[in-house]
Amino acid sequence: MSRLGGLGTAAAALLAVVAVTTLAAPLLAPYDPDFPDLLSALAGSSSSHPLGADALGRDVLSRLMYGARTTLLGPALVICVSSVVGTALAITAAWAGGRVDAVISRVLDVLFAVPGIVFALITVAVLGPGIPGVVAGLAVAYTPYVARVVRSAALRERSLPYVAAAWVQGRSAFAICVRHLLPNLRPIIVAQSVSALGFAVIDVAAISFLGLGVQPPAADWGLMVKSGFDSAMRGQPLEAISAGVLIALVVASVSVLGDRLGRTV
Amino acid sequence: MTVIQAERLRKVYGEAVAVEEVSFTVEEGESLAIVGESGSGKTTVARMLLGLETPTSGTITVCGRPRAAGRVSSKERRRRAREIQIVFQDPYSSLDKLQRIGDVIATSLSLHFTLTPAELRRRTLELLESVGLAERHAAMLPKQLSGGQRQRVAIARAIAVEPRVLVLDEAVAALDVSIQAQILNLLADLRAPGGMSYVFISHDLAVVNQISDSAIVMHRGAVVERGPTADLLREPQEDYTRALLAAVPRPGWKPSRRGT
Repeated sequence: MSRLGGLGTAAAALLAVVAVTTLAAPLLAPYDPDFPDLLSALAGSSSSHPLGADALGRDVLSRLMYGARTTLLGPALVICVSSVVGTALAITAAWAGGRVDAVISRVLDVLFAVPGIVFALITVAVLGPGIPGVVAGLAVAYTPYVARVVRSAALRERSLPYVAAAWVQGRSAFAICVRHLLPNLRPIIVAQSVSALGFAVIDVAAISFLGLGVQPPAADWGLMVKSGFDSAMRGQPLEAISAGVLIALVVASVSVLGDRLGRTV
Repeated sequence: MTVIQAERLRKVYGEAVAVEEVSFTVEEGESLAIVGESGSGKTTVARMLLGLETPTSGTITVCGRPRAAGRVSSKERRRRAREIQIVFQDPYSSLDKLQRIGDVIATSLSLHFTLTPAELRRRTLELLESVGLAERHAAMLPKQLSGGQRQRVAIARAIAVEPRVLVLDEAVAALDVSIQAQILNLLADLRAPGGMSYVFISHDLAVVNQISDSAIVMHRGAVVERGPTADLLREPQEDYTRALLAAVPRPGWKPSRRGT
């Protein structure tokens, strides 16, 4: 804990609370998130609806709890795929060097130049709106985030004498990469992946806000900002504000955590 | 029998010539020193012997087989590994900081010999013992060992393969004097039974005197003088060798104080 510092510990605690709430949503949520109680539509904060109700009278707090699942699952998938692919590309590039490195690095540069949302729009156009299309597009877009940093760390690691010693001993390139390089690069891979997770949360929420990600009536924070936006126009800003604040808090916590993990590398 | 025959080795990096027309041979059981200041090309020679660098021109023959340049199968690499091994200068970065000492040695052994788990463990401990480490060190990580102990692990890793030649690239330069002496004694002990040859690369003539039979002196990539180590140190023929010898601090040497 001490290596995370005060802010880092607070961030980790907040994420832990969100994770537990998400998993235990059926136990903790006061209402069925999809049950429309039209009589409480656009209700403000009260003892029965602490964060009010949306335009269809669904309890905002319950929807936030359930919505964390879809909101966080997408970005988590994006980061898993892009970290694995990015690390594999980075270590291959650093090990092989020369032309292989040049080709991989230029491809990553090109991917880096295109905003993630644009990629997601392309894959959503092919696969249709919903989580799979969004994840596929963003996974491609996020690969260079991890790959670039890991490649430069792998180049440094590869130049150390213990790698030359293993090579001279006759170990295979694959064994050196998997048994020596990968474990030594792990802290950097983790730190970079966690940092990228924060951006992925924003991107996925933004795509849902645009109506191309998670589809209604599913509960999702990005969607709630959008529907809350309409409610706010009708005088009830609580839904948009609570979903927006939650996204901001989670992203900030993830960023702080990534930064702290990176510093202790 | 000649274990290493290097002929007219040359290595050029872009415009810079690192090694120029270097030839030498190492006989079975012989210890050859390559002496020179830093930048004289001695480490490049070592890396070419190990196949870590490709010579621009010239040939290297190890144990009667010419070393062809280019890609080699991993089986051929393992065979070459049993001919020649290296101990690097820096004992800190020459071990994987996440790998336990016992695993370092066991990995080497199982790569080259077919052993049962019990044999593997016994042989690992034997090797650690032969370099003066104990069983308890096997479970340790490199950071728990001193520089001298780490260098012993690097030596054990190299001799685990039972090579014909061991290249020591400034292998004692990073250690303090008493530890240097321990490692040099260890190397002298290891040499006796197996008939292993040494290529000892160093800038330190006192160390070279202790460990080698013959020596070559390198300056700016080229060999300037060669001969039996004792003769070379007693009666150097070249100005450069004399300058190297004169640079060794001796008893009675007083640091001169400037000014006042």
